[in-house]
Amino acid sequence: MAPDPTTGRVLRDSDEGSVAAAATVSLTLRIRRYNPEVADDPWWDEFTVTMEPTDRLLDALHEVKWHQDGTLGLRRSCAHGICGSDAMLINGRNALACKVLVQDVAPKATIEPIRGLPVLKDLIVDMEPFFAGYRSVLPFLINDDGDPERERSQSPEDRHRYDDTTKCILCAACTTSCPIFWGDGEYVGPAAIVNAHRFIFDSRDQGARDRLKILSEKTGVFRCRTTFNCTDACPRGIEVTKAIQEVKRAILFDRF
Amino acid sequence: MATTHTYDAVIIGAGGAGMRAAIETSDRVRTAVISKLYPTRSHTGAAQGGVCAALANVEEDYPEWHAFDTVKGGDYLVDQPAAQLMTEEAVDAIYELEHWGLPFNRTPDGKLDQRRFGGHTRNHGEAAVRRACYAADRTGHMILQTLYQQCVKRNVRFFNEFYCLDLLMEEGRVAGVVAYELATGDLHVFRAKTVMFATGGYGRMFKVSSNAHALTGDGPAVAFRRGIPLEDMEFFQFHPTGLNKLGILLSEGARGEGAILLNKDGERFMERYAPTIKDLAPRDMVSRAIFQEMKEGRGAGPSGDYVFLDFRHLDPKVLEEKLPDITEFSRVYLRVEPTKELVPIQPTAHYAMGGIPTDVDGRVVVGPQETPVPGLYAAGECACVSVHGANRLGTNSLLDIVVFGRRGGADMAAYAAGTEAPDLPGAPVGSTLDMLNGLLTRERAENAADIRKDLQAQMYEKAFVVRTEDGLKEMKRDLANLRDRYSRVGVQDKGSVFNTDLMEAVELGFLLDCADALVTAALARDESRGGHYREDHPLRDDANWLKHSLAYREEDGSVRLEFKPVKMGPYLPMERKY
Repeated sequence: MAPDPTTGRVLRDSDEGSVAAAATVSLTLRIRRYNPEVADDPWWDEFTVTMEPTDRLLDALHEVKWHQDGTLGLRRSCAHGICGSDAMLINGRNALACKVLVQDVAPKATIEPIRGLPVLKDLIVDMEPFFAGYRSVLPFLINDDGDPERERSQSPEDRHRYDDTTKCILCAACTTSCPIFWGDGEYVGPAAIVNAHRFIFDSRDQGARDRLKILSEKTGVFRCRTTFNCTDACPRGIEVTKAIQEVKRAILFDRF
Repeated sequence: MATTHTYDAVIIGAGGAGMRAAIETSDRVRTAVISKLYPTRSHTGAAQGGVCAALANVEEDYPEWHAFDTVKGGDYLVDQPAAQLMTEEAVDAIYELEHWGLPFNRTPDGKLDQRRFGGHTRNHGEAAVRRACYAADRTGHMILQTLYQQCVKRNVRFFNEFYCLDLLMEEGRVAGVVAYELATGDLHVFRAKTVMFATGGYGRMFKVSSNAHALTGDGPAVAFRRGIPLEDMEFFQFHPTGLNKLGILLSEGARGEGAILLNKDGERFMERYAPTIKDLAPRDMVSRAIFQEMKEGRGAGPSGDYVFLDFRHLDPKVLEEKLPDITEFSRVYLRVEPTKELVPIQPTAHYAMGGIPTDVDGRVVVGPQETPVPGLYAAGECACVSVHGANRLGTNSLLDIVVFGRRGGADMAAYAAGTEAPDLPGAPVGSTLDMLNGLLTRERAENAADIRKDLQAQMYEKAFVVRTEDGLKEMKRDLANLRDRYSRVGVQDKGSVFNTDLMEAVELGFLLDCADALVTAALARDESRGGHYREDHPLRDDANWLKHSLAYREEDGSVRLEFKPVKMGPYLPMERKY
């Protein structure tokens, strides 16, 4: 007979005895809705759900979708912050719904789609402009030397130079928190720069000049006004603004 | 009206296997990749610990040792020639990923670093060996990103957020697939000379799982409904270290770096179950050991239903540099600080060893005679080659997707180049429309979410780490009941735009099919082997059961089983001790 985990609550030895009392909490979700088949303009809906404090906000959205309103549109997959599907604006800040716990937002949370990309339905936005920005920075290793028989050598120090920006999951939380991106659809945005950085500072790559040329154009890094929204928004803890500054310096001083 | 597209190669799924195949086909034949997720959302990205190859960068190692470990780890149900081939091709597969820029961790002298992993040993079991190449605990993320980057470079054509709902066959050969476009609700017919399923697993049939919500067995179920058998479905891997109750994976790489398992008394219990490699025993053995500890009253917590993973003795720098993500998972989801506190863990449904039967070139083969289905391919977790047998070794899934994704893609391209485009069957979208219209027009007498929840709870109770004849028989009855309820499911969202309500109901149907095959095969196999443990038949029975199962969906909805021999090789079955 398998154990039956009935609650999302986490127990520790010190918790014994208090378990039965693991309290549920009420959470009211105020969600910005849009459905082109229903109305031309967006509207707000409120739903109240009862959850475990340690449930994810994503679990609460599922509770709404599965038991209150099946038409609610959202993207999600892995539910633990790796796939990058469920970036949304939660109480005014971009985050992944699967990395926010109910106890951190209860009793009330306001949920909106991420900004700066066309809303298609409820919390689902058109990601194509975002991925177009990503694709524009040549996001793949460029090396014309021909492949060696074994691995290319790279010291741990050289590997470390671009470590931070390899963590990007392309969730768009950074790009859609950037006021410059909201105001100017041409700016490639933080995530594209992060992914360029990942190759520019990779000792095995030979495409840095091409990428820096792309990023020195008017749609590139010099649009950045270092508001740090992107760094605050990144669910992977990438120092996005720092990466952008490093790319700016690489262009200005021709050093990378 | 459905839009019709024509391609030489259509690949369903954009995880590691699908994208590796697409890299192989896209330069040579007209290729489309159909994926219900954006490619970078695929669950390959959740793989953590590493990918093994006998590079011998940090200690002596050989592909043959790796092959032996794979066969023994799979409890001798592995097709040995396939395991030999995979472990030999592993070395070049890793170099290829490195050449494409994959940011592996490095040794001080600039080579790819390697670490220990469960069941991987030197010289046929002497001691744990450093064989797993890794990128912190984000190896799958890096593989997924690197393969996507290579697809961007090659301008691979993706159809993102398209769900494959039917396989089209004409005169015994593949003719294409039917897909549903999530953004519009439109149906598309992809006429194709070759089709590859690379849709991943179906772990979402269990209540506690490391799997993404998307992992609903779409490819296997679609094939199953069209008469393709599913092989070795009874073998499902329950990873020992999921976060308690949530199932979120904590990599075996943690134990590779020195973390240990403790019961509620603080005892390192794996010393009793696997005296040589202890906490690095294969996953099936560790998960059973945890259940045994719980059964004997040494589980932690008021219900005694979890044990602990202990990192406290490790240098905090190891957690920070080599295990950063799982450290964060403990902090975010359990609010536990692994450098100072014990992390509560329990086994979690993780990986399907079974799936669509293929040969080593990804070609789908049916029946005991292994007859190829012209033009049909499968690769990755949804396929069964079989290189994992009854229990997959850690890291071999990432290896599987790159080795057999490449081989399958190469064979598809060669086959497609030499064949004419197939004719489409009459009314190609007929049965898909019937299915969707049923869900859209029926009164909502049953809610798909409730049925799914019951399925998950029942499978967790009766078809998880420990199984019995009584429990599986009951599960068969439960499934008949769930299926009956499913016939009355209606969806609330009647719209065309991003109707995920509708697609979730369809996915539940896929899960029910996969569960049917799993439970039927598990009930038949009255022995214990690898991930399939029958408490009422606790020993392996090579005389009767050294064979693969093949489950077929019959016209009347029942499941019929056939069996085929295991392809043996140099390794004779012996008792599995570690």
